[in-house]
Amino acid sequence: MRKLLKYLKRYKLQSILAPLFKLLEAGFELFVPLVVSGIIDNGINGGEGGRYIVNMCLVLVALGVVGLISAISAQYFAAKAAVGFSKELRHDLFDKMQSLSYADIDRIGTPKMITRMTSDVNQIQSGVNLVLRLFMRSPFIVFGAMIMAFALDAISGVVFAVTIAVLFIVVFAIILSSIPLYKRVQGKLDDVTAATRETLTGVRVLRAFCKEEEEISKYNKRNASLTKSQIVVGRISALMNPLTYAIINVAIIALLYVGAIKIDSGNLSQGNVVALYNYMSQILVELIKLANLIITVTKSFACAGRVNEILETPIVKTSISDNSATGGHFIEFSNVCVNYGDAEIDALSDISFTAERGQTIGVIGGTGSGKTTLVNMLPHFYDASSGSVSIDGKNVNLIDDGALRAKCGIVPQRAVLFKGTIRDNMLWGKNDASDEEIYSAISSAQAEDIIKSKADGLDEAVEQGGKNFSGGQRQRLTIARAIVKKPEILILDDSASALDYATDANLRKSLKELDYCPTVFIVSQRTSSIKHADKIIVLDGGKMVGIGTHDELLKTCPIYNEIHFSQYEKESV
Amino acid sequence: MKLRNKSVLKRILKQLKHYKLWLALTVFFAILTVAGTLTVPVLFGQIINLLDFTKVDIIDFKKIFRLFIIIGATVGLTCVTQWLMNIINNHITYNVVKDVRREAFENLQRLPLKYIDSHSYGDIISRNIADVDAYADGLLMGFTQLFTGILTIAGTMIIMLVLNWVVALIILILTPLSLFVAKFIASRTYHLFKATSEIRGEQTAFIDEMIGNLKVVKAFNHESENLDRFDKINSRLTKASLKSIFYSSLTNPCTRFVNSVVYAAVALSGGLMLVFNVSLPIVFNVGILTSLLSYANQYTKPFNEISGVVTELQNAFACAGRIYELIDEQPQKPDSQDSIELKSVNGNVELKNVDFSYTADSKLIEDLNISAKAGQRIAIVGYTGCGKTTIINLLMRFYEPDSGTIAVDGKNILNVTRASLRRNYGMVLQDTWLKSGTIRENISFGNTNATEAEIVAAAKAAHAHNFIMQLPAGYDTEIVEDGGNLSQGQKQLLCIARIMLCLPPMLILDEATSSIDTRTEIKIQQAFASLMNGRTSFIVAHRLSTIKNADLILVMDKGKIIEQGTHKQLLAIKGFYSKLYNSQFAV
Repeated sequence: MRKLLKYLKRYKLQSILAPLFKLLEAGFELFVPLVVSGIIDNGINGGEGGRYIVNMCLVLVALGVVGLISAISAQYFAAKAAVGFSKELRHDLFDKMQSLSYADIDRIGTPKMITRMTSDVNQIQSGVNLVLRLFMRSPFIVFGAMIMAFALDAISGVVFAVTIAVLFIVVFAIILSSIPLYKRVQGKLDDVTAATRETLTGVRVLRAFCKEEEEISKYNKRNASLTKSQIVVGRISALMNPLTYAIINVAIIALLYVGAIKIDSGNLSQGNVVALYNYMSQILVELIKLANLIITVTKSFACAGRVNEILETPIVKTSISDNSATGGHFIEFSNVCVNYGDAEIDALSDISFTAERGQTIGVIGGTGSGKTTLVNMLPHFYDASSGSVSIDGKNVNLIDDGALRAKCGIVPQRAVLFKGTIRDNMLWGKNDASDEEIYSAISSAQAEDIIKSKADGLDEAVEQGGKNFSGGQRQRLTIARAIVKKPEILILDDSASALDYATDANLRKSLKELDYCPTVFIVSQRTSSIKHADKIIVLDGGKMVGIGTHDELLKTCPIYNEIHFSQYEKESV
Repeated sequence: MKLRNKSVLKRILKQLKHYKLWLALTVFFAILTVAGTLTVPVLFGQIINLLDFTKVDIIDFKKIFRLFIIIGATVGLTCVTQWLMNIINNHITYNVVKDVRREAFENLQRLPLKYIDSHSYGDIISRNIADVDAYADGLLMGFTQLFTGILTIAGTMIIMLVLNWVVALIILILTPLSLFVAKFIASRTYHLFKATSEIRGEQTAFIDEMIGNLKVVKAFNHESENLDRFDKINSRLTKASLKSIFYSSLTNPCTRFVNSVVYAAVALSGGLMLVFNVSLPIVFNVGILTSLLSYANQYTKPFNEISGVVTELQNAFACAGRIYELIDEQPQKPDSQDSIELKSVNGNVELKNVDFSYTADSKLIEDLNISAKAGQRIAIVGYTGCGKTTIINLLMRFYEPDSGTIAVDGKNILNVTRASLRRNYGMVLQDTWLKSGTIRENISFGNTNATEAEIVAAAKAAHAHNFIMQLPAGYDTEIVEDGGNLSQGQKQLLCIARIMLCLPPMLILDEATSSIDTRTEIKIQQAFASLMNGRTSFIVAHRLSTIKNADLILVMDKGKIIEQGTHKQLLAIKGFYSKLYNSQFAV
């Protein structure tokens, strides 16, 4: 939590003013008994008469008005600070999430990240709000009462001190033992969130397998387990009020006992005892407030801890292992090996090749042969564990990721469109693209018919994930999105798989005709998609088993040969 | 469907109905608790009276100790009843929350796909998680503070009436002022909370989308644009939250102000009564005025609490409304009583004059006729977006045709139970989906009773065995949600293995092999060939080698079948199909 306090910095003024106004309000409240005693002593008993009483009652109302104004100011400043705090926290959290590595994203998981961003931040927000409103007021009254008690009578003051100490111990024991339990509740809530999400993303498959009832019973188990841990925490929190109530009343008994003895020996007056009794009663009200405050704050602390975990995920910046000058090629891989974390087998091992501007490079190989990893090295999505990747003679580790990725147009395997319009999606490639540029990219991507078939053309709405477009349509639109960018390097990661042969062929033809001549990497399963490439890289189990043109590879590379003829019967070639 | 405030309340009461007995118990314990807490000060007062040297000569310690014992017992009892009340409130609240979540989830399983396809997942999730949480908070506060608050008010009222009914009446008359203020603020804040909740849903949906597709976001350097868009929503949320939090937090100070006015009124009326010696048929003195003032103070405190609860309840109401919208959303029509259970299906599938569109204003499929005989292999080809995927939605009855009939073995599928229809299809979709769990659980998804040997055999048949064995824990490897840690091809192999294990009489394959390398695909196709043997199969694929052996090829364009026949027949007529086929050799 302390680490998150920096988010209050910009709201320093509000964070100071809110409790101050609250204090002011409490102060005005303290005047009320004085005024009332005035009414009794001077008005009724002192004979100052009705006029005095009316005036004093007007003073009471005036105190109320002043109190109201301070309270409203306090609430405003507290809300302002709390809301501003959570705004900046959410901003940083979102920013941080966007900078996480893929490995971290997989490890943390989307549902957890969403919970952190939403309910956790909300919980922290209400914690901050409550703290600003109460953390000055409640202790002010509690300790103020204790000091007053000491002033009246030392032994009674000790009773107060002991009572407050015991109360704090009990309150904190309850709170501390409930923190881990709240964490567990949150973990179970994450499970329930995940189950809800999964049932939505997998709705077709689940229904195809008639798993509705099974899903429900599985969900019910998780839900029941959540309820159970909630009730366990609730049981502990439920002790708070009865225990504090008991302690206070025992303290009052002690106070009255001490008082009775003192009065008996003539050291204390009845009025003093009444005052002590009133102070003790006041403590209870404020202490309950304080305890509730502490509970909310505890929850907020648990949430803050989890949020902080994400904020403090280290961003791994690799040291540059190799900085050798290269031989003037546009793209050069030299002895590149890649290992994801601690896998036994390298995802890529010892890959070396070069590519020039305007060339088309085909990448082919079986599932898990490392094709995607290879092209993901170009925008520096992964780090080489040894060897180097360089673009324009510069090691990619030395190039700013943003600048590097600006050069690359990437069409990922999974065709994802974002909520908005088709135009919005196209502008992902280039912020200020004109309609002309967009149309030309769309036509290169063979997606003109999609735009034509939509009533609103470029302004046709796209639902989340592009659910209102078919797989093939999404693929062509994601290709267009990458082309709008006019990248120096265009990467098509098996992104024509849902296209029919005719469209695929036309697409390749139009890519060749792009006037800015990008270097094109085509990852594919089909030899027909890459056979006209200037260079074809054949991968098998992370190793390069062949490189060359289609005709060369047919002669020299048995794996390529096998792939090719599995798709074309020999006689038809 | 938007629920009004009143109907939300009705809905909540209906939800609480199952807990009638528990509610009665919590009210009972609340009464005991309040009685205890109101009695203890009276007893302490008696002790204090015993300490008044102007009235007594000697302090009666015996009497004091007796009172101590009575107080101790009362306090002890009050503690127990308060604790029991808290426990019961927890029990009711969390069980209601459990019920609500369960009902929402159950309805999710029954909602038509149309609803799920047209709502953002983030929004639905936020309803089932965050909104229900807020609902729970409201309920718990309502139980713990509303009941005791009301009872405390009633108890104090009675005591005051006994002390001095005139002053008590003044308090009674002024009380509605406090309630009115609370209600006024609450009705204003309800809309603010609802607006906040809506923006929050929007933000959750945005987070869901962008964090879920972070890879693409990073590939397009789109982090800063996203952050800008996020900040915009965030600013709106901040403004809305500030308003709702601030206005709702006004309740307390405002009611407190009203209370201080009430306090002043008591002092005024009581004071004047004493000064001018208004003759009343009751005993009235300074002592009683002091008690009245302190009771007036005590009496108004629960009002503060209640009004605090009321604002919390407003928020809870807004959230409850959103969750009940989901729960009460019209589910798909359940299978009727006389629905037939499809058994021992031969696999004759007949589509007759089928019309279908997703939205009323744009027609997609018109007058579609397909006749598939048992055991036939039907290949559907055509440009993307021509309606191939829609046919799957119709065959599986994910969507129902606007007109026309689809029949399996001569039985209209609308008259057949959904479960038995779907169980007879094996489906591999383009969007591969795996559940979180182990590889083994995923393969045996359609046949949970499968033995280890059967699972391995299915994996082998789908050529998934080898890569599974290379995973760190083999068949026990945990897959994260949606198979994030597997390649697209591997996921598809698992989807195929999943079908291999249940062998239904009809198959639907939607571009299923598009991400699998062709060497593996050859093997899979061999496996499929034997799988398809004797099974009616619908294949949506772009590999001509896949469909060359089909018994019937349907060439679709713009929702209609424009050519059909075998590969040879279609080549012979030199139409659309032959153009498509020959293009594979073009540049």
